[in-house]
Amino acid sequence: MKKDKIRIGCGAGFSGDRIEPALVLAEQGELDYLVLECLAERTIALAQKRKLQDASKGYDPHLEKRIKSLLPLLVKNQIKLITNMGAANPLAAAHKVIEIAKELNLPIKVAAVTGDDATQWVRNSSTHFTILENGQALNDYEVISINAYMGVEGILEALTADAQVIITGRVSDPSLFLAPMIHEFDWQMDDYDLLGKGTVIGHLLECAGHITGGYFAEPIMKPIEGLATLGHPFADIYADGSAIISKVKGTGGKITLQTTKEQLLYEVINPHEYYTPDVIADFTTVKLEEIGENQVWVTGGTGKTKPSTYKASVGYKAFYLGEGEISYAGFNAVGRAKLAGEVLSQRLKPQFEAFRIDYIGLNAIFREEFSAKMKVEESYLPEVRLRVSGKASTAEEALLIGEEVEALYTNGPAAGGGVRKNVNEVIGIVSILIDRNVLKANVDTLSA
Amino acid sequence: MKLYEIAHSRAGDKGNTLTLSLIPFKESDYELLCTQITVQKVQEHLQGIVEGEIIRYELPNISSLLFVCQQALLGGVTTSLAIDTHGKTLSYALLEMEV
Repeated sequence: MKKDKIRIGCGAGFSGDRIEPALVLAEQGELDYLVLECLAERTIALAQKRKLQDASKGYDPHLEKRIKSLLPLLVKNQIKLITNMGAANPLAAAHKVIEIAKELNLPIKVAAVTGDDATQWVRNSSTHFTILENGQALNDYEVISINAYMGVEGILEALTADAQVIITGRVSDPSLFLAPMIHEFDWQMDDYDLLGKGTVIGHLLECAGHITGGYFAEPIMKPIEGLATLGHPFADIYADGSAIISKVKGTGGKITLQTTKEQLLYEVINPHEYYTPDVIADFTTVKLEEIGENQVWVTGGTGKTKPSTYKASVGYKAFYLGEGEISYAGFNAVGRAKLAGEVLSQRLKPQFEAFRIDYIGLNAIFREEFSAKMKVEESYLPEVRLRVSGKASTAEEALLIGEEVEALYTNGPAAGGGVRKNVNEVIGIVSILIDRNVLKANVDTLSA
Repeated sequence: MKLYEIAHSRAGDKGNTLTLSLIPFKESDYELLCTQITVQKVQEHLQGIVEGEIIRYELPNISSLLFVCQQALLGGVTTSLAIDTHGKTLSYALLEMEV
């Protein structure tokens, strides 16, 4: 039966997000749906690597912990969970959830939504793919994985199959929220106006603690109470595509016009045309109104058609990152750090394809030219930390950077301390477009 | 007066592109921001950070501006050597502007 209102909560806004706010939402939020958005651009390529090493892995490393604590509450309060924690292996993730459900003696139906993994299809295709960001050929890259941002289709099929837990791979973030709206309100797949409105609501919720004032907070100009117990948001969504954004009473943080505006514009490249696989949404027509404490009413937002292509993230082997850090403090700290920087440049720079020196506390964040404009007296800085980084083609070469920083302990300059060194294999991400007709969502349902 | 006294901002990233919202604390200051915070002024202010083109979008419905800045993240989130690869801190570079 068609509903006229549903409540969707967002319990996680990225893979490393806290678990507690999701538990509060599941326990006290009176939700119909809980969404956990846990898949950043690079996260899926890392997961693909884990899957290559072990075919039963490749889903979100926090899945087990999250599901174990959430599942009893979800079943008790009859909340459906939609999450992209499947990452590179939604089917293995679904089996893991079934295993947990059996242990907890909770009878549930779980759906795995796949179809986003385009790695094999692209490898077998004769199409010449061009990298969106730089126009280079895809063949120039050492590709690890290719995952397309899919739309609502697979999730809709899982909802129709009445799955209580739906685990996807790569799906566009707003689609995780839009799918239950389409399902519950019977929205038509070509009603782009409504799909645009639903996408706006999904975008407002998807970063969780962004809209509840967490990442908004600044103690002087933008003070927010209760950051340590920050709540995550939910929305009461109506069949006409309007919504009220709110959060559980008693949780920390605040939802205001200001926090909502910051999130609406977050990562938007063109507010007239916000692309998802479901719709090209127009954010410029959105209207916001504060109608109560921690209550923002969202209306407007429109949409037109859907793109004929899927955007796909290509994860590729980029380089090994080598890093080293050392601190200087007191008299002429900056002078000694800069001398160390010169010494390291002389010893290391010629050996690396890219090499960078930062003085943390002085110019590592706003970069040299802008930081110089801020006119800080360098001689008054109580301390500064030198950071050296470079790109290498092997882990051994990358390690050299940290080793040379460590060697400053005896080779000088004076009184450098607190060395840290680090080597990381870096996976780069670029994008290609794939005809949307060649990838089809696939749904497997499992029961516990 | 500094921009951070009358407005707030959040940075976002897509590849090598930086997005900066600019939202007045008082909606009545929106017109002032539209007049004063021009593309040219932001380009000059963020010299040394933004190397490409800047586009400004006006959103009168929510009294906010959005600056989309190309070639601003030292090659992009996944392969830059910078500490803050996303450029998340750069909203406060914009807010350093004198108005």
